[in-house]
Parts: sequence; structure tokens; C-alpha cells
Amino acid sequence: MKINVDFDLCESNAICMQIAPEVFEVRDDDFLYVLIDHPPAELHAKVREAVDRCPKQAISLAEDLPAPE
Amino acid sequence: MVGASLAGLQAAQTLRRDGFDGELTMVGDEPHYPYDRPPLSKHFLAGAWEEEKLRLRAAADPDALGLTWRLGTAATGLDLEAKRLELSEGPALGYDGLIIATGAAARTLPGCELAGVHVLRTLDDAVALRADFDGGPDHVVVIGAGFIGAEVAATARERGLAVTMIEAASVPLGRVLDRSSGEAIADLHRANGVDVRLGVGVSGMRSAGGRVTHVDLEDGSAIQTSVVVVGIGVVPNVGWLEGSGLTLDDGILCDETCLAAPSVVAAGDVARWPNARFGGAPSRVEQWDNAIEQGAYAARRLLAWLSTDPDLATDLAPFQPVPWFWSDQYDKKIQLAGIPTETAAVVHGSVQEQRFVKIYLDDAGLFVGALAWNRPRQAIQARQLLAEGASAEDARAKLAPAPA
Ligand SMILES: Cc1cc2nc3c(=O)[nH]c(=O)nc-3n(C[C@H](O)[C@H](O)[C@H](O)COP(=O)(O)OP(=O)(O)OC[C@H]3O[C@@H](n4cnc5c(N)ncnc54)[C@H](O)[C@@H]3O)c2cc1C
Ligand code: SF4
Repeated sequence: MKINVDFDLCESNAICMQIAPEVFEVRDDDFLYVLIDHPPAELHAKVREAVDRCPKQAISLAEDLPAPE
Repeated sequence: MVGASLAGLQAAQTLRRDGFDGELTMVGDEPHYPYDRPPLSKHFLAGAWEEEKLRLRAAADPDALGLTWRLGTAATGLDLEAKRLELSEGPALGYDGLIIATGAAARTLPGCELAGVHVLRTLDDAVALRADFDGGPDHVVVIGAGFIGAEVAATARERGLAVTMIEAASVPLGRVLDRSSGEAIADLHRANGVDVRLGVGVSGMRSAGGRVTHVDLEDGSAIQTSVVVVGIGVVPNVGWLEGSGLTLDDGILCDETCLAAPSVVAAGDVARWPNARFGGAPSRVEQWDNAIEQGAYAARRLLAWLSTDPDLATDLAPFQPVPWFWSDQYDKKIQLAGIPTETAAVVHGSVQEQRFVKIYLDDAGLFVGALAWNRPRQAIQARQLLAEGASAEDARAKLAPAPA
């Protein structure tokens, strides 16, 4: 799984961070940082929930992309 | 699932994620795969986005959920006893479990049948309205200063069109915001060149050759226009359920777990249920995030109902979300968590700089809501604090700017 965020759409509301803080972080500068581009399997469920709940539909996933070796 | 939109799609996705591997059918009367409505009044109407961009992520690959799509097909009746759904096309459909997410439709006025007069709820509505905007009309009249009306007015101004917004109440958004925030919205639109007329109703519309020419107001004045947008709220889509035995009263009445009848759950704009967090009077919520959260919840409720595993049913707490919505107008992001009251205090930023957070207190001084104006992060933080039952002092301290 590979995470892509469209930063033109993202409004840094940190909803994704509430759901998956291991992966998404909105810092005090009000920008979103993706901490892990290729999240491990145990985080997939949370990441998918973050995708659904992002009101700007800013997060997309390439589900079948494995992490590079 | 009946209703192929936000709540219905989320329910389908949740069923699959939670391991349901039986047959799923999605019945939707619109011809389109599920799309996102909020951009209809914003990016799409502005001309910045095309249709492809509106598709909901979960429906990007329609085959991914392993369900049968029955698009362009309306549910026309429900037999609870026989567990059968009647359809506008083809034979009736039997079910073990039913999720109703038929949403709501725009309320109309006499005159809505005229060319040039629009409502905005569906993609087809948005395509028609955008085509009229593309024609460069001299004047756009927006009837109703609710969220849809206010967003359409903002987008029309951004497209350089002359706009008059008419509202029968004395402030915009009076139904959903406190008075001073409503006044701030009126000021925002005036500052952007909208002719805002408050406290005056519309008495009718005139036409020539089938196309609207004038909107008549109750104060005797008239506005000449070729494009009118009517944004006066919505009515839940329950007509097809008349006589089914479900309780229909401003939506489908459910229990506190979104159950409407044995084996039937409802979610999204169409569902009315008691949220114990707010005293338990049944209400409907017309908000994007609620449709998602409730769609997911309703799917789990149904799985619990159908399951023989007693733990599944008892594990499920009643559905008691903290409401939250956003509205983007011009360069302003306006978000409300919880419920507004007339007792408010600004705890972050200032109204002058147009970036602030204010909290709402109820009569007992309890923290019950927050409005964030160009402060999206604090809106979500406030929602979390409300969910945790934070005190007013706590909310004040945590929502204040971090010390430098
Ligand atoms: C222009 C616009 C802008 C918005 N902006 C915001 C915003 O900024 N923030 C926010 O929080 N919310 C916003 N909303 C509200 C949000 O989009 C709704 O709360 C959400 O769409 C509700 O989802 P739903 O699935 O319950 O219902 P809907 O999205 O209304 O979907 C119901 C579906 O069921 C179909 N249907 C109805 N009857 C039948 C039948 N008998 N058989 C089969 N299908 C049927 C309908 O055609 C529709 O496709 C906006 C809404 C609109 C229209
Ligand atoms: S939920 Fe969406 S808009 Fe919010 S911070 Fe995450 S990516 Fe950005």
C-alpha cells in the first residue's frame, strides 16, 4: 500500500491524524506530514478509515503497491 | 442497500471490511456511481473540477466491493413481512438485511419548473446550474441563505456574476448557527459584493416563454433575473416507504442504534434517531461526516442483528456522535462542532483577523459546541473535546494558541 496526499486539497484539519497518528501528523506549522508512505499491514485498516473520513477526499491509496525493498 | 451515495457506500464497504461475504446489492435511482456532493456547490460549480473528480474514492473501482450495482433503479416499495423490496425495474428483491440510505431531496417552490430556476442536490442539478452560469447571466438570485444558498452565492461571485441573496429570516444560517455568526456570514457576503436581503420572503416568480424573468418579493419589490437558485432546505426521501409500516416522521424513525424495524437499519440524511448525547430527542443530521459514520455504524448494527453471536450485539454502544460540518465560502472555512448557543466566547484568534475559534456554553455553563473560522484543526480538536465531555475551562485552555 502506498499513500498519496493531494496537498492542494488538504486543509490540515488533522482528521487523518486522529485516526492514524502513526502515519499522519499535522504539526504546529499547520502542514500535514505523511510519516510512513508505505504503511505496514497492521495499519492498513486505520489508513483506509482515514481515506474515507477525509472530508476533502485528499488521501488516495495505491493498494497493490508493495513497499520498495 | 437502498441509496447509492455516501451513507450507502460506506455501509457496503464496512460490511465487506468486517468480513461479510454474502451477496450485496446496491440500488440507486441516480444513473451515476456514488459521487461526493459538497464539491457540487464549490469546485464543480466554479468550473474548476470535472465530473470524474467527484467520484467517491470507495467507488473508484466499482468492482472492488463485489456487489451488484442496480443504478438508475428506484426502490418503490417495501414489504417488511415478506422481506422484499419492490423496484422500478425488474422483479422484487428479497433480502435478509436492509440498509436504507435514500438521503434527502431539495425542497422546491412554485416556479421551480421554469427554465432558469434551479435547486442543487444532485450532479444533474449541478450540471444544469453550471451551464446557466457558463452562459454569463446578468444576474443570479439565490433564494434562501442556508449553506447551499450561501455557497452558491459565493461561487457565483467568484465567477464574477452579480448576485442577490434573499432570506426570509433576519439572519443567514439562523437554523444552524448562533446569531452573531449568522451576521458575520451576511457581512462576508456583503463584503464580497452580494446584495443580501434579509427578513423578506419571496411571493412568486414571473416568466416569459417558460423562462424565469422576475422574482417578486413580499415587500412589493421585484428583481429582474434569468437565473434563480432555490436553497430552502431538504425533505427526506421516504415517499417510497409509505404504507410499509416503518414510522415516517421527518425521515425514518429509528431507535438509538439506528434500527428502524427487524432486519432494517437506516443511515445518513434520511435517518432520524435519538442521540442520547443531546437529551435523546430524535433528530436528523444533514452532514457529510454523519452519513459516513452512521453508514458504518448501521452496517455493524445490521451484522450484529443478523448474527447468532450474542457478543456482537451487546458490544455495540448506541450511536451518539458529536455533529460536525464544514462550509467553504470564498476563502473562508467555517466549521461547527457540537451545537451552537447564544452564549459564546472567542478562545483563539480574533474576529477582526478572520481566523478564530469560539466556544458555546449552554445555560448551565457546560461546553456544548465550537465554531472555527479558518481554523480547521481546532474544529476537529473541539469535536474531540466534546466527545470526551471536556469542561468549559478545559476547552478554553486546550483550544487557546500554544504559548510561543
Ligand atoms: C451541494 C451540496 C453541498 C454540500 N456541502 C456540504 C458540506 O460542505 N459539508 C457537509 O458536512 N455536508 C455537505 N453537504 C451534505 C452532504 O452531502 C449530505 O449530508 C450527504 O450527501 C448525505 O449522504 P446520504 O448518503 O445520507 O444521502 P444522499 O447523498 O442524499 O444520497 C441518497 C441517494 O439515494 C438516492 N435515492 C433516493 N430515493 C431512492 C429510492 N427510492 N430508490 C433508490 N435510490 C434512492 C438518491 O437519489 C441519492 O443518490 C452538501 C450537500 C449538497 C447537496
Ligand atoms: S483528513 Fe484530509 S484534509 Fe484533513 S489533514 Fe488529513 S489529508 Fe488533510
